[in-house]
Amino acid sequence: MEKRVVFRSASLPYLLVLPQIAITLIFFIWPALQAISSSFYREDAFGLSRDFVWLQNFERLFADAAYLASMQTTAVFSLGVAALSMGVALVFATMADHVIRGATAYKTLLIWPYAVAPAVAGVLWLFMFAPTVGIVSFALGQIGIDWNIRTDGDDAMLLVIVAAAWKQISYNFLFFLAGLQSIPKSLIEAAAIDGAGPGKRFWTIVFPLLSPTTFFLLVINVVYAFFDTFGIIHSITDGGPGSPGATNILVFKVFSDGFIALNLGSSAAQSVILMAIVITLTVVQFRYIEKKVHY
Amino acid sequence: MVENRPLYTWLSHAVLIAGVVLVFFPIYVALIASTHDLRTIQTANMGLLPGPHFWRNYSTAWTQGSDISGATPVWYMMLNSLVMALVITVLKIAISLLSAFAIVYFRFPFRMGFFWLIFITLMLPVEVRILPTYEVVARLGMLDSYAGLTIPLVASATATFLFRQFFMTVPDELAEAARIDGAGPLKFFRDMLLPLSMTNVAALFVILFIYGWNQYLWPLLITDDLETVVIGINRMLAVGDGQVNWPVVMATTIMAMIPPVFVVLLMQRWFVKGLIETEK
Repeated sequence: MEKRVVFRSASLPYLLVLPQIAITLIFFIWPALQAISSSFYREDAFGLSRDFVWLQNFERLFADAAYLASMQTTAVFSLGVAALSMGVALVFATMADHVIRGATAYKTLLIWPYAVAPAVAGVLWLFMFAPTVGIVSFALGQIGIDWNIRTDGDDAMLLVIVAAAWKQISYNFLFFLAGLQSIPKSLIEAAAIDGAGPGKRFWTIVFPLLSPTTFFLLVINVVYAFFDTFGIIHSITDGGPGSPGATNILVFKVFSDGFIALNLGSSAAQSVILMAIVITLTVVQFRYIEKKVHY
Repeated sequence: MVENRPLYTWLSHAVLIAGVVLVFFPIYVALIASTHDLRTIQTANMGLLPGPHFWRNYSTAWTQGSDISGATPVWYMMLNSLVMALVITVLKIAISLLSAFAIVYFRFPFRMGFFWLIFITLMLPVEVRILPTYEVVARLGMLDSYAGLTIPLVASATATFLFRQFFMTVPDELAEAARIDGAGPLKFFRDMLLPLSMTNVAALFVILFIYGWNQYLWPLLITDDLETVVIGINRMLAVGDGQVNWPVVMATTIMAMIPPVFVVLLMQRWFVKGLIETEK
C-alpha cells in the first residue's frame, strides 16, 4: 500500500531517517558484521594475534560437550517456560472470559507482573527459595523435601522456569483473553443449545479457534525465554550449579565465554548461531501474521 | 454468558482469586521481608506478618544503599534508571516518528532499503551481538555515560512499523488540504500528524518506559558508577550468601518495581493497546 499524496523534497527525507539509520548502522549492523567476521578468526585474549581459521570455531563448538549441554538446557528451559506460562494463562483467561462481575478487576490484578524487570523477578523468587533464608525452601524442608538450588541442578532449573513463567503470565493472559473474546458468541451458544457443556465446548470449539493465538504466543514465549531471561538466570543461579552449568542457557554462555572467559572467537561463533535462531523465529512469526489476516 | 451455571461461575472466581494470590505472593513476601531485621530473616521463619523495621530498612536503602561503605544509595540508582528509561523512551518515539514520516510521505531513492534496514534490527537484540557492540561503544568513549547507556538502544523497528501503519490510515485528503493551504511537510507533520498520533505515542510510551527501566544486560556491561536500580539490586546480592542484607535488598526491590508498575496501572488502557499493536 502506498500513499497517493506525497511531499516533494530532495534532502528532507534523508534528514528525517538519518538518526534511525545512523544508530542502526553503528550499533546494530556494524557489530553484527563484526561478530560474523570474528567468528572466522581465533584471537588470543589480549588481541595480540589473530588467525583466520575458517569454520573451526563452529566445528569446535559443535564438538564441545558444554555447548551441546547448553543447547539442551535452553531447549528444556524455553519449552518449560512456554508450557507453564501459557498453560496457566489460558486457564486464567478462560475463567476471566466466563465471569462477568469483576472481570476488569481480575485483569488489572493479573497484568502488572509484565512491568517487573526479569532481574528483579529473579531476586524475588531467589529470596523465597534461597538455601538457609528462603521461607519456601524452609517450609519444604519441614515436610521433608530438600530443595537446594545451589547444589541440585534440577531444583535450580525448576526455579528459573517458574520465575520466568511468572513474569510472562500477564502477557499470555492478555492475548488469550483477547483471542477468547473475539470468538463469535453464536458458535458457543449453538453448541450449548445442542447440549455441549463448558468442557466439551472448550475442546471442540474454543481451543481450535484459539490456535492462531496459541501458535503466535508459542513463538513469542520461546523468543522471550531465549533472549529476555538473562537477568533471571544471572540473579538466581549465575548459570550454575555444577559444570557444565545446569541453567547455563545459550545467551548466558555467550556472555560468560565472551566477557569472563574472554574466548572471543567462540563467543562470536555463538553469537552467529543465536542470530540464526532469532532470524528463524522472526521469519516464522511474520509468516504467521500474514496468515492471521485471513483467519 | 451462554448459560447460567452457578457452580462453574464460582469455580471461575475461585481459580482467578487463587491466581491473583499466586501472582502476588512473591511481592507479598518481599514486602514482609522488607519490614524485618536481618536476624529474623536469617532464621528463615520470619512468618507472613509485617515486622517493626519498615522505616529503618527503607531509609537505609534510600540514603545509603546496602550498608557496606562505599555503596551507591538507592535514590541515585533510581535517578539513573529514570533518566535512562525516559531518554530511551523519548528518543525511540521521536526517531521512529521521523523515519516513519519520511518513509510514508516521501518518495526517494533507497526508501525501501532504509525500511528493510530498520526491519533487520528486530533480528539483532543486544544479546546476539554483545561483544562487538561493547567494543563500538568503548571506541566511541561512551562507556559509563548516559549516552552509552541509552543511544545504542534507541533504534526501534516496532515503533517505526507502528507509526508507519498508523500514517497509512490517515486520509490523503489531510495532506492534500495542507499542501493546498501552503503548509510544508514539517508544518503538516507538527500540526496534523503529531496530534493525531498521540494515542499511539501513549501506547508506546508505556511499553518503552518499561523496556527502558528494566534493561539489564546492557547497563551491566557498560556502566560502573552509573548504577541503575535493577543492576544495583543484583550487585547487593553479589557479596556471598551469608552476608546478603536481605531486608535492605527487598526494600530496594519494592522501590525498583514501583515506577514501572505504576506506569502500567495508570496507563492500563494504552498499555494493552500498545502491547497488542506492537506485535502486529
